[in-house]
Amino acid sequence: MTIAASRFESLELHGVGRSFGGRSALEDLNLTVRAGEFIALLGPSGCGKSTALNCIAGLLPLTHGQILIDGKRVDTVAAEKRGFGMVFQNYALFPHLSVEKNIAFGLQMRKISKSEVRRRVAEAIALVKLEEHATKLPGQLSGGQQQRVAIARAVVVEPRLVLMDEPLSNLDAKLRLEMRTEIRRLHQSLGLTTLYVTHDQEEALSMADRLVVLREGRVQQVGTPQELHNGPANWHVADFMGYRNLIDMDVTTVGAATVTVQDNGFALRATATQPVSVGDKVRVAIRPEDLMAVSEVVPVHSGNTTQAFVSVVEYHGREFAVGVTTPGGQSLYVRSDHAPVVGSTIELTADPARVLVFPADLVEASSPSTQERELAEVRR
Amino acid sequence: MSVLTIKGSGAGTSSASLRHRLAERGIDTSLLMLVPALIFALALFIYPFSYGIGLTFQPSAATQQAWGGGMFANYIAFFKDSFVFDSVWLTMRLALPVAVFNVLASIPVAFKLRHRFRGKKLLTTLVVLPITLGTVLTAQGLLIFAGRQGWLNRFLIQIHLIDQPIQFVNNYWGVVFSLVISGFPFAFLLISSYLSGIDPSIEAAAKVMGANWHQRFRRVILPLLAPGLATTSILTFVLAFSVFPSARLVGDAMGATRVMSLMAFRAFGEQNDYPMASTIAVMMGLIELVVIALVLLWRSSMYKGSSGGKG
Repeated sequence: MTIAASRFESLELHGVGRSFGGRSALEDLNLTVRAGEFIALLGPSGCGKSTALNCIAGLLPLTHGQILIDGKRVDTVAAEKRGFGMVFQNYALFPHLSVEKNIAFGLQMRKISKSEVRRRVAEAIALVKLEEHATKLPGQLSGGQQQRVAIARAVVVEPRLVLMDEPLSNLDAKLRLEMRTEIRRLHQSLGLTTLYVTHDQEEALSMADRLVVLREGRVQQVGTPQELHNGPANWHVADFMGYRNLIDMDVTTVGAATVTVQDNGFALRATATQPVSVGDKVRVAIRPEDLMAVSEVVPVHSGNTTQAFVSVVEYHGREFAVGVTTPGGQSLYVRSDHAPVVGSTIELTADPARVLVFPADLVEASSPSTQERELAEVRR
Repeated sequence: MSVLTIKGSGAGTSSASLRHRLAERGIDTSLLMLVPALIFALALFIYPFSYGIGLTFQPSAATQQAWGGGMFANYIAFFKDSFVFDSVWLTMRLALPVAVFNVLASIPVAFKLRHRFRGKKLLTTLVVLPITLGTVLTAQGLLIFAGRQGWLNRFLIQIHLIDQPIQFVNNYWGVVFSLVISGFPFAFLLISSYLSGIDPSIEAAAKVMGANWHQRFRRVILPLLAPGLATTSILTFVLAFSVFPSARLVGDAMGATRVMSLMAFRAFGEQNDYPMASTIAVMMGLIELVVIALVLLWRSSMYKGSSGGKG
């Protein structure tokens, strides 16, 4: 393996911001990426994650802040001179060039000798296992193969940084899983530094060393997958981390370790992530798998129990996914080891440590048309 | 296919509708709706066209006497009568440079007007506006503006750049100007639509991979644009090759711009020689076909697939 990433110590983003016609799509992004890290930028569409990536690539100029590599500014360097690799959501392969020539393009731009180009292209093709397709045009390949070409094309130049913009979102579910492993394998074996944009939290959690969760152009939380999975900073991050149940409740008692929250008789003991006082309106986050229907096998967990009406029952193989309605009319998703009767009342239980209480007021920003502007801007 | 269907249904008769069964045999009954159009085409295009070709083989007595060759007298006259044959070169001399100029000049303009910016609509409208002017209006404008007593000459004399009026019209250049005015917006519209068909992220990818604008244009944009350039040059060439009104109005109809269509009109209108007029028209078509074939031959050596679509 002779393809290897060019080395640097750290990539620093200082207060990076980008606005489109007075509307900011990205605000005050601060991040330090160490060489060899796999960072995922995670967020719903229009959250500014693609803007961030395009700013780093140099396809969009910054309106605020600086980007530094080992202390040297790169945001003032033209995109073609940054020496990064980029994988686009729609692959953006050159349709008139064969697989080999697509991969060779970046090397030829760097005026590398012909024999060296041939050797490295062959190596990159072998890396993504496309040997028998080397002379085909991109149009003759399947989506997954095209994505492999795009990845080979990005890594063959031994980039300092690889940028990936939702590279798997156009693939089917099975292929997406395969390519996930593939990208992670290449990242590790080539020692790449990768910035990966996705809206799929599962993808981000499984691939990245660290995650950056964005919303409306603002960073919500930065941390390892474990940190974000177990300790989301606010209910928005919780929502993204699989806390499918988000219910608005009132705080009734505040204890030493736990607080009690309730809504129209639906009461649970929970853990406050920030100090709360009695009477506060809060948003409570629970993962469906942490809220169980009580049965012979599932005992009540530390006396924490409440009741709800069964509205939907789905069979999920090992267990049942049950949709319930609280007395206050809010819908929740819970798990059950048996199929409860629709319309009946079931008893639910949860570990208070896994019921998280967040302040209800998250700064609400306005309409989500940022992505459209973003796209329009990139296409200049 | 049909055998399979019959076997599949189990019985000898298929339960599918008649239309479906015909479709299995490759017959599409909805094509019958084309019949009226075909009749029109036959009556108004194919018949007169064949009649015209037939005429070329019925030369007038005068032509036969002058050039001999029996039924081919018209064609012999066409090639041997230098007064007629020279018009091929005169027309080509106008149409080829104009077509090349229109295409080459449209590329940078289309590129510049590709992005979104303030005033883009106004600028595009200004560029495209001449398409709405007829040839006669353009010719009239050129005569008034660029004639010997026109504003342009008077202005140039008043600022003492020249002391004798320059002849801009009633010669080769007058027709060139007129053809550029009417052909350029047309080429521009075509090329900008081809350009917008190239996915912008392809260019972005080339940029990140280290290609400067010159390399991006030559190695990525140009090959993807080539089929569009070929089509555009064919269309502007044909447009310029069949020039008639401006060759007469702003050209030198008996000299430098004695184009083929003028010769055909002369044979028809002044000499009442229908067969010769038809011969010149048929030869015009043939020459156009040769040029089109050459362009298409060049195009077939280029990449032909999709250009990534508008993402």
